[in-house]
Amino acid sequence: MIDLTLSEKDEQILATVREEALVCRKYARYYDDHEEEFAPDTLPEAKDFKNPFALLMKRDELDSSMGVMSMLVTAGQTWGDYTVRMRRGTGGLGNAALRASGTPEQQSRWGGKTLAMAITEPGCGSDSKAVQTTAVLSGDEWVLNGEKIFVTTGCRAEGVVVWATIDKSAGRAGIKSFIVMKGTPGFEVTHKEKKLGIRADDTAAYVFRDCRIPRDHLLGGDESIPKEGAGGFKGVMKTFNMTRPAVAAIGLGIAQAALDFTRDALAAEGVEVDWNAGVHGRSAVQQKLIEIEADIEAAMLCVLHASWLSGESKSNNLEASISKAKGGEIARTATQRCIELCGSLGISLDHLLEKWFRDCRITDIYEGTGQIQRLIIARDILGYSAAELS
Amino acid sequence: MISFGPTEEQELVRDTVREFAKNEMREIARPCDEKRELPSDFLQKSWELGLVAGAIPESFGGGGIGRSPVTNALVLEELGCGDVPLAAAALAPGLFVAPLLDFGTDEQKKSLLPLFVGSSFHAATLALLEPTFSFEVSSLRTVAEPKGSGFSLSGKKRLVPLASTASHLLVVARGARDGVAGLEAFIVPRDAKGLAIAPEAERTLGFQCLPRFSVELDRVEVPASARLGGDRGIDGARLLAMLRTASAALGLGLARGVYELALPYARERVAFGQPIAQKQAIAFMLAEMQVELNSLRHLVWKAASLLEHGVDASRAATLAHVYATREVMKIADNGLQIFGGHGYIREYPVEMWYRNARALTVNESVAAL
Repeated sequence: MIDLTLSEKDEQILATVREEALVCRKYARYYDDHEEEFAPDTLPEAKDFKNPFALLMKRDELDSSMGVMSMLVTAGQTWGDYTVRMRRGTGGLGNAALRASGTPEQQSRWGGKTLAMAITEPGCGSDSKAVQTTAVLSGDEWVLNGEKIFVTTGCRAEGVVVWATIDKSAGRAGIKSFIVMKGTPGFEVTHKEKKLGIRADDTAAYVFRDCRIPRDHLLGGDESIPKEGAGGFKGVMKTFNMTRPAVAAIGLGIAQAALDFTRDALAAEGVEVDWNAGVHGRSAVQQKLIEIEADIEAAMLCVLHASWLSGESKSNNLEASISKAKGGEIARTATQRCIELCGSLGISLDHLLEKWFRDCRITDIYEGTGQIQRLIIARDILGYSAAELS
Repeated sequence: MISFGPTEEQELVRDTVREFAKNEMREIARPCDEKRELPSDFLQKSWELGLVAGAIPESFGGGGIGRSPVTNALVLEELGCGDVPLAAAALAPGLFVAPLLDFGTDEQKKSLLPLFVGSSFHAATLALLEPTFSFEVSSLRTVAEPKGSGFSLSGKKRLVPLASTASHLLVVARGARDGVAGLEAFIVPRDAKGLAIAPEAERTLGFQCLPRFSVELDRVEVPASARLGGDRGIDGARLLAMLRTASAALGLGLARGVYELALPYARERVAFGQPIAQKQAIAFMLAEMQVELNSLRHLVWKAASLLEHGVDASRAATLAHVYATREVMKIADNGLQIFGGHGYIREYPVEMWYRNARALTVNESVAAL
C-alpha cells in the first residue's frame, strides 16, 4: 500500500547516520581549505559509533525498501559532509559499471578494488558518444590512446573503467569500456583539478599513451559492434539508472543541511514557520522557507520513487532522470535561496552554508546535466528517438 | 515503510473513478461551464460511486470501507482530471461527512450519518471562506459566542458550495482561542433562524457550474450539541491539513489533464515542417510538467500517508498545498501556451482549465471545494 512514512526502526538508523554526519561535519572546513590533502579512511571517532550500514543489513525487511533506505542513508551522510566519512567505503563509480556490465570473472577479479569511471574528455562532456579516446586491438592486447578529465576519485582509485571507441565510424555502438589498473605503463594521472566546491573530493585528469592492456580487460567481454542500436552504450545507461538517483540524493542531503541550518538560525532570532498559517499569515521569508522545504521534499521523494521502482524490479529509466533533473535543480536553487535568507552571515566562512552552496552546484552537472535529463525525459514521454529530438 | 504501490483495492477504486471521469465528466464539463449549470443527474451518478457513503462505518449503515486519506487522494486526482468544479460538487457532502467522522461525537454521528447512506444524493456542505481580500484561515471573523447553554454564531461566509440545497452547513468559526488551534465547527441546519443564503449563486472566474453561495449568519443560535466534537471541539490543524491535501490532490488531477492533452497536441501540431514537440522549447515544457506532476503527487501522498496514520500532517499538507498552488497554475499556463491561439478559444478545454486552475489555487484553495 502507498505509504511514504518510515518505520521507527528505520528512523533510528537514520538518526545514527545523522549523528555520525555531525562528527564528519567538524572536519568539513579543514578539508575544504586543504584541497591537496585526502580525508582519512576512518575518523578517530569511529570506535564510538555503530556502523549504520551494519544496522541496515540487520533489518528484518531485506526487501524493496533497501534501495530506498540506502538513498536516505546517502543523503544523511552528505548532510554532514560531501566527502568526509566516518568509515570510507570502497568502490567508486567504476564499481557500479562493473556490477552492471562486468562478466562474473571480471566482477570477482576487480569487485574488491576501488574503480573510478573515466568518460569525459576535453572535447566531450554530456555528448558522451563523441568519445575520442581509441582502443585498438593489437595481438592479444588493447592499445589505448587519449585524454580523460573530471575523473571522480581519480587519484585515489586503484583502477579505472575507461570509455574508448574501437571504431569511430560506428558512432556510439563502437564505444566500449575497459578496465585499466594504476601502474599500467602508458597510463598517467596528470593532475588533480581545483574546483568551486567538493574540494576534498579528488577529481583527476588522465592521459593514455599507447597504454596496453590484456584483451580480457574489455568490460563485459563483447568485442562485436552491433549494426543497429546503442551496443555497449546500453550498459552505460543501465549504470546511470542506478547512479542518477544516488547522485541526486547526495546533492539533496547537502541542500537539506543548508535548509536546516537556515531554519535553525532564523528560528533562534524569532523567525519561524507556522504550518497552519495561510498566505496572509506568512511573511515573505516564511513563504520562502516553506517553498524551499517543499522543493527539497518533492525532489527527495522523486529519488525514493526511482529507487523503489528499481527495488520492485520495475523499469525506472524515466524516473531516474526525473529524480536527477529535479534533484539537481533543487540542490542548486535551495542553497542559493538559503544564503539569501541568511543575509551577510550566510556568506561568512564562519559557517558552512557558503560551502554547501559551492558543493551543491555540481549536482546539476555531473552524471548528465539537468538539460540532458530533460532531453531524456522528453524523449521518453513523447516516444522520440535521439534523432527525432536532439 | 516507504512504498509507492497502491493496494489492489485502491487500484480498483482508482480505475473505476478514472472511467467515471472520462465518461461522465469530460463530456459535460464544457456545456456545464458555458451554461453555469450543474445537472442533477450528474450528482446522482456520482453518488452511486459510493465515495461518500463508502467511508461511513457499517454500524451507521455505510459501506464500511473505512476512511482512507490515501485512497481519497487517488480518487481526487482522478476526479480532478475529469473536471474540478464537477468533482467539487460531487464531493461537497464529503466536506461535511469527513469532519463528522473524524471529530464528531457518537451522538452527532448517530443522528447525522444515516442521512448520507441512502441511494439518493444528499447535499451538505462546509462554510469556511469569508468576504475579505486578506482572508486568513488562522484569524476568521465569523465568531461563536456562548449563549445560554449553546452558542450564537455571527459572520459572513462566501463560496459555500451547494448551500441552497444542503440540509446542513458545517460552519467554521473562531472560538475562544486564537489561531487554527482555536477553530470551531458548528452543525447548522439550512433553515436555522438568522441564517440567510444569498438568492443567487456567486459568479466567479472558474468553477462556473458549481453553485456557490454567500451566507450570512446573524446571531444564529445553536444548541451545545451543534458544536462538532462536543466539549472536545475539533482538531483545527487536522481539518486544515485535510482540506489542503484534498485541494492539492484535485489540482494534481487538473494539471495531469492539461499535460495529457498538451502532449499529443504537441506531437501533431506542425510548425516549420516538424511537430512542435520536436523543438526543445516545447519538449522541455512537457518534460517539466512530467517532473512536477510526479513531484506534486509524491507530496500529496506523503501528506495523505500521515493523515492515514493519524499523526500531525500540518507540515506535509502545507508543503503539498504550497507546491500545488505554484505548479498547478504553471502547468495550466504552459499547457495553454503550447496550444497557442487554440488554447485561448473556448473550443478546447484548456482555457477552462486555466480559469479553474486559478480559482482552485487561491485563498487556501479550500475555497474551491
